[in-house]
Amino acid sequence: MVDTMPSYIGRSVVRREDNRLLKGAGTFVGDMKLEGMVHVAIVRSQQAHARINSVDLEAARNADGVVLALAGAELKDVLPPISGMQVAAPKGWRDGMDPHIEIPDQTLVPYDKLRYVGEPYALVVAGDRYMAEDAAELIEGDFEPLPPVANAEVALDAEALVHDHLPGNIAATLHAKKGDGEAALATAPHRLKRRYFHHRYAAMPMECRGVVAEYDSRTDSITVWSSTQVVHWVRREVANALGMPEDRVRVVAPDVGGGFGGKGHVYPEDILIAYLAKRLGRPVKWLEDRHEHLLNAAHSRDNLFDIEVGYDDDGRISVVKNYFLVDSGAYSPVGAAIAGNSIAHFMGPYDIPHYEADCKVMMTNRTPNAPYRGAGRPEVAFAMERSIDLIANELGLDPAEVRFRNMIQPEQMPYAVGLPYRDGVMIEYDSGDYPEALRKALDGIGGLDAFRARQKEALADGRYLGLGLGCYVEGTGIGPFEGATVKIDSSGKVMVATGACPQGQGHETAFAQVAADIWNVDIDDVVVTLADTSHVTMGYGTIASRSAVTASGAIKDSSDKVKEKVFAIAANVLEASESDLELRGGSVGVIGVPEMSMTLKEVARAALPGWIHQRPEGIEAGLEGTAYYEPPTVTWAYAANAAILEIDAQTGVVKIENYVEVHDAGTLINPGIADGQVKGGLVQGIGGGLFEELSYDEHGQLMTGSFMDYLLPTASDVPPINVIHTETPSPRNSFGFKGLGEGGAIAPPVVIANAVCDALKSFGAEINSTPVRAEQILNILDAGVAAAE
Amino acid sequence: MGVIAVAGLTRITGWVFDVVSELQKRANPVKPPLLDILAPSSLAEALSLLSEHGDAAMPLAGGQSLVPLLNFRLSRPDILVDLNRIANLAYIKDVGDQIAIGAMTRERAIEESDLVRQVSPLLQEATTQIAHLPIRSRGTIGGSLANADPAAEYPAVVLALECEIVVQSVRGERRIKAADFFEDILTTALAPDELLTEITVPKAPVGSGSAFVEIARRHGDYALAGVAAQITFANGAPTDVRLAVCGAGTTASRLTVAEEIIQRYGVGAEAIKAASDAAAASVDPMSDLHASADYRRRLAGVMTSQAVEKAAQRAGVRS
Repeated sequence: MVDTMPSYIGRSVVRREDNRLLKGAGTFVGDMKLEGMVHVAIVRSQQAHARINSVDLEAARNADGVVLALAGAELKDVLPPISGMQVAAPKGWRDGMDPHIEIPDQTLVPYDKLRYVGEPYALVVAGDRYMAEDAAELIEGDFEPLPPVANAEVALDAEALVHDHLPGNIAATLHAKKGDGEAALATAPHRLKRRYFHHRYAAMPMECRGVVAEYDSRTDSITVWSSTQVVHWVRREVANALGMPEDRVRVVAPDVGGGFGGKGHVYPEDILIAYLAKRLGRPVKWLEDRHEHLLNAAHSRDNLFDIEVGYDDDGRISVVKNYFLVDSGAYSPVGAAIAGNSIAHFMGPYDIPHYEADCKVMMTNRTPNAPYRGAGRPEVAFAMERSIDLIANELGLDPAEVRFRNMIQPEQMPYAVGLPYRDGVMIEYDSGDYPEALRKALDGIGGLDAFRARQKEALADGRYLGLGLGCYVEGTGIGPFEGATVKIDSSGKVMVATGACPQGQGHETAFAQVAADIWNVDIDDVVVTLADTSHVTMGYGTIASRSAVTASGAIKDSSDKVKEKVFAIAANVLEASESDLELRGGSVGVIGVPEMSMTLKEVARAALPGWIHQRPEGIEAGLEGTAYYEPPTVTWAYAANAAILEIDAQTGVVKIENYVEVHDAGTLINPGIADGQVKGGLVQGIGGGLFEELSYDEHGQLMTGSFMDYLLPTASDVPPINVIHTETPSPRNSFGFKGLGEGGAIAPPVVIANAVCDALKSFGAEINSTPVRAEQILNILDAGVAAAE
Repeated sequence: MGVIAVAGLTRITGWVFDVVSELQKRANPVKPPLLDILAPSSLAEALSLLSEHGDAAMPLAGGQSLVPLLNFRLSRPDILVDLNRIANLAYIKDVGDQIAIGAMTRERAIEESDLVRQVSPLLQEATTQIAHLPIRSRGTIGGSLANADPAAEYPAVVLALECEIVVQSVRGERRIKAADFFEDILTTALAPDELLTEITVPKAPVGSGSAFVEIARRHGDYALAGVAAQITFANGAPTDVRLAVCGAGTTASRLTVAEEIIQRYGVGAEAIKAASDAAAASVDPMSDLHASADYRRRLAGVMTSQAVEKAAQRAGVRS
């Protein structure tokens, strides 16, 4: 055995989960088969807004293989709605955001009216899914169409109300201020006023959602397997709905094929399937198909901004006024969280003295809107970064230069923003060098001057090259807490369980690296258990770029508790002083005396309860510790993006030649995983920038219910991407970690829009909405040609 | 925009629905309805099944369009006649001045065929642009032609190459000119009891050049516009010009005005521009989520000029 282990943190350790995932040996909800299992088909609204007069289940009940068919009315007094959909809002946040929040409860299966295309109103349970689908077809609903509230903009003045108790269709308003925006605007030498629209698209994980539940009458307990990012939240809601103690509800997320936020809250099906399993006494399975997913899994983005910016002759921004509407659809599964993020992140890496934000979260007859990778940040990055380019144009400056002039300088760190974060703490950017990130990004595309020269030459040949920039900061590792339990049993293995719920991002490997370093053991001696409520009493889950920071913190804190015992017991056995002991390669030994040591296995045996234990007085039996890490506040990751693209003047098609992101997430646990995470995010951002769009018509009918029309980027749409990682450790945790799950997805839409406008500068191009489409680009070219003639 | 969506679906083909049919009123589940699958092992058996069951039966070739339609329950045959076990319907044969391709020949086999590459480079090039490799590995030329998706590649190719489509039924064999085969969106001259069994492709003449170009929002999607060009030259001048477009009307179609312009004025820049404009003016595309009719029309023109230029270059007429 080696004496000490090399540090695992910082190494691209091969992902241990890939052994099963790459062999097709993973277990997803869809793979689960339980004895006697029955299958659910859900009948969903095809209308955006309609009163339910009646639902006729008779024919379905008589169909082959049907176990149960029911509609909302039957559940009305049985299952409560999903309540408390506003995540806890701490006082500091309420003080700074002036929130008025009335997020409506979501009835699991509506009995009075339907509020979006895809909302469930009936379901069938049958022997297999085919029979369930056959019977579902026989269900006839009598619906009275209501005028639809088609989008956020019309919602304010619409006569129709999505929820009768929400006048103006407003579910929440937020208002935040820093300095004096009004006065600053009045005195600003220049003002820019623009409307920006960031369109609706969604997480679109490879694996759709799915739930299997099995009830055990002997112990009156239920196990729910759900493709979710938040097992503990699902457990709480299931326990609440079924009137069971949480301890009798076990929720497991088996292998999950992507989540990206779309699986980051509790859905009606999580509870319904559990209810059906208990009611029927049989295992019940519901697997969401892609069509259902497009209709019913949370959508995201869909914000409309009216922005005013005040700036001086040098391009220095003194004030931003940010008025925006969030089209939250028919419900808001995480309350006003996205809107809060948008307000807090608007100013990004820039030093802006005055700011005012006003937001309305609007209810419309669309699919509910919930966080998706970026969660309110891509939207505001679009508004801010477009504004900077427009200011640069107005002043005849390079967009890069305007960014440098406005950026927070490294010597200003930590930088107080003057707004509260969602955790109630006043925002203070913790560390980083934002201008350096932008310089590196420009170097990454071959240098600004070199590009401008090339661009000019190309233009002379009738070719349109553009450079797009986009910078952002991102609060990561948010609380309120994460839980972890660490144990060492007689096998000597270090067993780690946390509330983190991975969806493919390599947590089993990353947390094994963290624990191996904490314990100075071989990584193969670390056993990691995730996404299972039976292993951690309280947990929070994997959303909001938080697990690297929060789960690592919890693993460390719980390990510290166990270490105290390990050292006390080892000191007792080795007859040494605790302060002379060290962890080395799976053992505890006396510093400087190699032969005086005992293995963790021996310590674990010495820690056992019973007659033969070797614990000193006052040390309780067992090596087990649980801790709940409550981060002081968030850590601040940041990035600078630069991309070069070319426009085909005949077709308007955009070809991204090179995309560079300089990304700083503090100390990296596993650079290979980090690189994959950022790149994956960038591809999703490029998808949102160019391809992905959830379109509705004026009746609130979704137009993109299959992958024929919802266009995900495929491998051949991915340009060359270069991610340059810098590592500025966060001072807010002992590891220096910051979160990085979401970052990549934030900038591409605005980077693409900026690059297209840069390429077509001579045409006065302004693209202030997403997605950027070839047809729109061709129209700009045509208009420019027409003007020239 | 004349697009109608039902429960979020606007299309399951390369073309949007133009009517809300009885079938589409349902909840669009994604599992096929109950049906019988009959798997004949000979052509004769298949033809007699189709004759027996008429409209109630649908032939299943590669399934790349039909299976999604079944899963969305937009198509509800009582019976599927699975053609995949009929041994002698997949072949590529050299028959004098033509090649004969069996209807069940996989697109991938056509793409990889040396014979096709040599004698019908247009067919080969178009095949490489069909969707994605897994789809080409299952999809068949007969299935694609019988499906008659207006945005698919093969209908434009067989029009440009003036292929013959061989169909059989218990009543006998018919040979249908490509020009007479495509009648409307997803509608062909095939009777319910008839099966498309073979396509005969004239070999490209000496001195000819060809090109298939298309544009889609993403690689592998149905084309917003695509053009097949097959041009024969003599002494640098076009003697036979065949241009066909897909994605820009209810069926693929020949671009006759553009053909005449090239035929008469050659492949100089001005003539190509004029042909491109004529092509754009002659098509009648539809707006959908991905492109307006105007943009598609524009693209039909751009694809025409690109196809003509490439075909001419390949014939050694333009540099």
